[in-house]
Amino acid sequence: PHAGPVDSKNEAAMSELVPEPRQKPVVPMKPMGINTSLLGYIGIDTIIEQMRKKTMKTGFDFNIMVVGQSGLGKSTLVNTLFKSQVSRKSSGWNREEKIPKTVEIKAIGHVIEEGGVKMKLTVIDTPGFGDQINNENCWEPIEKYINEQYEKFLKEEVNIARKKRIPDTRVHCCLYFISPTGHSLRPLDLEFMKHLSKVVNIIPVIAKADTMTLEEKTEFKQRVRKELEVNGIEFYPQKEFDEDLEDKTENDKIRQESMPFAVVGSDKEYQVNGKRVLGRKTPWGIIEVENLNHCEFALLRDFVIR
Amino acid sequence: QQPAQFTNPETPGYVGFANLPNQVHRKSVKKGFEFTLMVVGESGLGKSTLINSLFLTDLYPERIIPGAADKIERTVQIEASTVEIEERGVKLRLTVVDTPGYGDAINCRDCFKTIISYIDEQFERYLHDESGLNRRHIIDNRVHCCFYFISPFGHGLKPLDVEFMKAIHNKVNIVPVIAKADTLSLKERERLKKRILDEIEEHGIKIYHLPDAESDEDEDFKEQTRLLKASIPFCVVGSNQLIEAKGKKVRGRLYPWGVVEVENPEHNDFLKLRTMLITHMQDLQEVTQDLHYENFRSERLKRGNR
Repeated sequence: PHAGPVDSKNEAAMSELVPEPRQKPVVPMKPMGINTSLLGYIGIDTIIEQMRKKTMKTGFDFNIMVVGQSGLGKSTLVNTLFKSQVSRKSSGWNREEKIPKTVEIKAIGHVIEEGGVKMKLTVIDTPGFGDQINNENCWEPIEKYINEQYEKFLKEEVNIARKKRIPDTRVHCCLYFISPTGHSLRPLDLEFMKHLSKVVNIIPVIAKADTMTLEEKTEFKQRVRKELEVNGIEFYPQKEFDEDLEDKTENDKIRQESMPFAVVGSDKEYQVNGKRVLGRKTPWGIIEVENLNHCEFALLRDFVIR
Repeated sequence: QQPAQFTNPETPGYVGFANLPNQVHRKSVKKGFEFTLMVVGESGLGKSTLINSLFLTDLYPERIIPGAADKIERTVQIEASTVEIEERGVKLRLTVVDTPGYGDAINCRDCFKTIISYIDEQFERYLHDESGLNRRHIIDNRVHCCFYFISPFGHGLKPLDVEFMKAIHNKVNIVPVIAKADTLSLKERERLKKRILDEIEEHGIKIYHLPDAESDEDEDFKEQTRLLKASIPFCVVGSNQLIEAKGKKVRGRLYPWGVVEVENPEHNDFLKLRTMLITHMQDLQEVTQDLHYENFRSERLKRGNR
């Protein structure tokens, strides 16, 4: 039985165009306040556990792209981030390889597992970027690749009979490696980020940060942040996606103080104070990758992964 | 070096021309030396810091570092600064020729034109003065040596490095230098040096070769020359900041994980580079005069007056 007034004339006309409207609930629902206390435990919170179990079964797809001139430590950093040999460096890549004449896109997929959760991690490398004498438009093959993945996904999405789980090859994150000159960004850095920040989440990182003292690092980061701002480059996390005030405050702090993260990568372990740590050994000391006093790798890791 | 002791003028048969080197020495000391050093490399590779460290002076007191957006429109500039350094009565008129803008643009195709023109202009001027009527006070502004800075972040030579060195190796003495060497571990340094030497040979690039020690030199000098030759290209760290290390003040860089000492031969090749430059200043001038200038002169005269 209908709970509300019915316009009989229109009802007949409507039922020819649209299917029968859903029956209104028998018991009208009172608006519930946030402080409504339940009379007993229902078990709604177990939904989180159900989602977790489901996610563990289906796993995650994560596609991370690394861009930067050759030798900035991109492959090593990715290996350090995921604590496994997942980069191009580890799949038969020869260090003695020549710099390619054009920008190549090389995607390498691995399935890594932690605590029962499977992740299909794809690392997309871009050898040849920024290495030529003439680097004009060297970002174009990269932009093209990213758009191709969107295209692929859209095609699957608009299918009438579409897959339950569309394979997601879209680039979720792009780590852009800035050379630690200590001066400023390079013209190529600006051009790349200007073009690509509109199509992908760019996370700028300062590579090989063990080349700068603390003061130099702070100054450089400030200068880079200012340059990015002045040139209207929106890196991740973008302001327009801040969900609420809490988000905004947290993200503002990251955007204005921490980023770009000055990182050091390593896949070698050394003994320091009785612990095995990932680091770089030099004649004047051991640089500990996960030590926040030495570099900001841990911040980047927490930011990207957790 | 001590002037050679001359034999007793009373000795029969003594003419006295053994004294000539001393006369030349005295004259040179009065006249002073002129040396022009050109410095080439991308921004941020530590060139200015190294030059300041080498000559224990500040050649760039009012330096403004341009941002990336400014660099986009800039072409390569030539900036020459001259200082007069005096040590124990010997005067050195040192000119350092800087090339800001080199390697910064997105398209570096025309990056070396300005530099090559400058080198040729100095040769041209000298040729003109030499052929002139009044040859008493020819000022030698020819470039005697070019420190070419190779990035410590790459895996070896970049295409731009190869092209540039091939374009000037018949015009100037090239000394390849790797600055900011504190970013490399000792093993990485060896690997990089070897890679660069292999690539230099592969591309037929002619860098400045230290002359072998004469057979009549003492063993120490011979050993020193051997060591210097084996260390090319030099991996250096520059700094004029005094840091407290092991109870004394040293020039260095202070990191959270240790102190890099500029003048410690176990930390980097700075002392070797300085020794090489100082002990071979005269040879560098000679090779410029006898080889590069003569090349230029014969080419120029063959072409006739254009």
